[in-house]
Amino acid sequence: MTRPPAATRIERALAALAIDPAGLKGMVLRSRISPVRLAFETALQHMPGTSRRIHPQISDTQLFGGLNISASLAEGRPVRDPGLSETPGLFAMAMAERTGAELAARLSQLLDRDAGHALILLDEGAGPEEAPPAGLQDRLAFHVEPEDETLRVTALRLPARADLDAARKRLGKISVPPDALGLLVGLAARFGIDSLRAPLLAMRAARALAALDRETAVSEATLLEAAELVYPSRATLVPETESPRDEAQPETPPPPEDSTENADGPSGGDLPDEIVVQAIAALLPTDILDRLKIARATQARAASSGAGAKRRGNRRGRPLPSRPGRPSQEARIDPVATLRSAAPWQRLRRTPQNAHRPVIIYPSDIRLRRYEDRSDRLLIFTVDASGSAAVARLAEAKGAVELMLARAYARRDHVALLAFRGDGAELLLPPTRSLVQAKRQLSSLPGGGGTPLAAGLVAASELAQHARGRGMSPTLVLLTDGRANVPLKGEASRTAAVNDAETVAAGLARQGVPGVLVDTSNRPAETARNIAARLGATYLPLPRADAQKISASVSTALEG
Amino acid sequence: MTLAFPFSAIVGQDTMKQALILTAIDPGLGGVLVFGDRGTGKSTAVRALAALLPPIKVVEGCPVNAARLDDCPDWAEIRSKKIVNRPTPVVDLPLGVTEDRVTGALDIERALTQGEKSFEPGLLARANRGYLYIDEVNLLEDHIVDLLLDVAQSGVNAVEREGLSIRHPARFVLVGSGNPEEGELRPQLLDRFGLSVEVTSPTDIEQRIEVIRRRDAFETDTDRFMAKWKRQDGKVRKAILKARERLRDTESSDAILKDCAALSLALGTDGLRGELTLLRAARALAAYEGAPAITRDHLRKIAPLALAHRLRRDPLDEAGSVTRVTRMVADILG
Repeated sequence: MTRPPAATRIERALAALAIDPAGLKGMVLRSRISPVRLAFETALQHMPGTSRRIHPQISDTQLFGGLNISASLAEGRPVRDPGLSETPGLFAMAMAERTGAELAARLSQLLDRDAGHALILLDEGAGPEEAPPAGLQDRLAFHVEPEDETLRVTALRLPARADLDAARKRLGKISVPPDALGLLVGLAARFGIDSLRAPLLAMRAARALAALDRETAVSEATLLEAAELVYPSRATLVPETESPRDEAQPETPPPPEDSTENADGPSGGDLPDEIVVQAIAALLPTDILDRLKIARATQARAASSGAGAKRRGNRRGRPLPSRPGRPSQEARIDPVATLRSAAPWQRLRRTPQNAHRPVIIYPSDIRLRRYEDRSDRLLIFTVDASGSAAVARLAEAKGAVELMLARAYARRDHVALLAFRGDGAELLLPPTRSLVQAKRQLSSLPGGGGTPLAAGLVAASELAQHARGRGMSPTLVLLTDGRANVPLKGEASRTAAVNDAETVAAGLARQGVPGVLVDTSNRPAETARNIAARLGATYLPLPRADAQKISASVSTALEG
Repeated sequence: MTLAFPFSAIVGQDTMKQALILTAIDPGLGGVLVFGDRGTGKSTAVRALAALLPPIKVVEGCPVNAARLDDCPDWAEIRSKKIVNRPTPVVDLPLGVTEDRVTGALDIERALTQGEKSFEPGLLARANRGYLYIDEVNLLEDHIVDLLLDVAQSGVNAVEREGLSIRHPARFVLVGSGNPEEGELRPQLLDRFGLSVEVTSPTDIEQRIEVIRRRDAFETDTDRFMAKWKRQDGKVRKAILKARERLRDTESSDAILKDCAALSLALGTDGLRGELTLLRAARALAAYEGAPAITRDHLRKIAPLALAHRLRRDPLDEAGSVTRVTRMVADILG
């Protein structure tokens, strides 16, 4: 049986990592449990240096050390538990796709410290949206994603320990041809790789590989191999070559003009050979364009959510470590944590006056429970109450909104109600959880007048910003026919009104507010569809259907 | 501690370097926020600045780096009168840090073994007269951020806990860095930073090659590389020291004050903090460049740094906030 090339790549990457763990920082293996994944883990155990397993839920104390309470009490002096990070070595993290932003940041800091740590991420993500945090992946040199054939490989071989040690000794003496940097940087540009870590890591990988092959200088073949190991997973565009894959993807943006021009320059190194580019392009994941789309979408969402999306309350949700504070109506005491924080002080606090008390607790010991609560979503219903929409379907739309309100109530979402008509928008209901109020406002919603769509969107945008500041994640539900005829300023002109509306809509999309547009016109119109496209929102033409159906489709669009 | 990359060897990123130098000249500017993509050298620059800054004179053993014995807090029980040179402190604030470690707390060891109440200073004490660096500031726990901003503004750290009542000076420059993809900062937090810089990776191939070349030389041939850049770093250090001396004598005319106000008004920045920072930073820049007074040219250079992060978002404007500031500066200053 011929050995699949990906298996060899994994072996080479591991060997390079064994030679220069501190410089290459680690690798990502993206594969669910499979023979090759097991073989990989076996190979890891034979890597030089200490190798430890960690998991995405690892606590700071385990990782960075902390006070050992029981030992401190027994010995009467603070005893620190050393954290795993105190000795340099290799960390292997299973289920790496579940790594949270906080742990990723801590691990990144650890890697940046250059203390000889390396990290292996065993990424078991099923879909493209499940992946370890990008910031962490960016720091690790290699990324291998075995395909079907490779998944069945049962053994991965590492070079003998003595060879690795000898290669490590040679590492400092490997010389690099002057045009190598130009080649690597030029290649990175062709694949749209922005981060400067990529060429640096490729350079180091090339050195390690050359040392492994008992060479004294980095050859072009080694450079190419290093680029093949480091670049494919970071590519953000497929370079224009004559490869057949390219033709199937006409929307691929061409590589930036200047990159090719500059690479041609006298000292910029050679223009990366088309053959080299194709060799790497062949290694790009087949679904790269889909992935890029998803990456961009999650990026926008992450940027939009930020600190606000995860709101830390202390009412419900996933428990978080408790922290000191004063109990109040909203905060509940965590008895165990409180006792634990009081424990080390018992001997010190004991005086003849309080000797009869079994435990002496001071206010400063009190720890409060905290929970992470993600469901503080704010649905901003922005309803077009203008004459054009009112006549047609406002009543129907009201029914749909009521059903959505009921659903929002079940999820304990907040809702706000904005209506726009005549010459401006009006906030009928500021963010609230009260379903009754929302319903009452809605049923008395007046209709008629012009359609100041832009003003409505501006109001929604302001509300969304405000909600973010208070830690809520806003979602826009816009009910309109899209026939804007009142601009933000000046004369009522349809063109200006539509232009204004589209500009504001694009602004909302940049803010990353997700949304749904329900087209309330009699016949689905191009205008509303345009606005939805600008908003980046799901477009739902209101069919001749009952409110139940609308609500169902809106819900799917919102959850999706 | 590993060796820091030389500050002057950082390719490009001039705005970021300039902002950092300005805080070194006038620590009262209120800190720098560096936001940018991955792998653009944010952390490198801050750590490099540490190595570049001139040493400070401190009383030997003083936990808050006081310059004179009188300034040492009583609880530190300093007896030595010796003044020693120390590199400017740059304290890293790790994520997941506890309040105790930031503000300082009762010294557990002495409490347990000797039954004595004594204060164990935290990171804020160590950062006094230096820099406090928070990487991934957008991921830091809210209550720690609030605490830090509070202390950074008042310059005093007050600890009231475990029966202790301690106050000590904590004047430091807060440097935060982060990646906007991993979460935005609350606007309340944003405008507490004096200057803000957005960094992107260089798009010019030559420049990118140079970045890699220098980094590679630094990693593989450290000694020679450091020796090569030592003089450059020395020049920047001297320029900073000179600028500090000149700072007081650098004049600001009424016309310049009017310009500052007009800019802030036109951009609709909240509060007076923007104006004040703009003026102070422009003065630091003028001092750095050796100019006798602030000119409109200085304002032009500083305005994006001092004002861009204080703007309200405009749903009608597609341009980034830096572009908006630049546009407005061109309108008003001509």
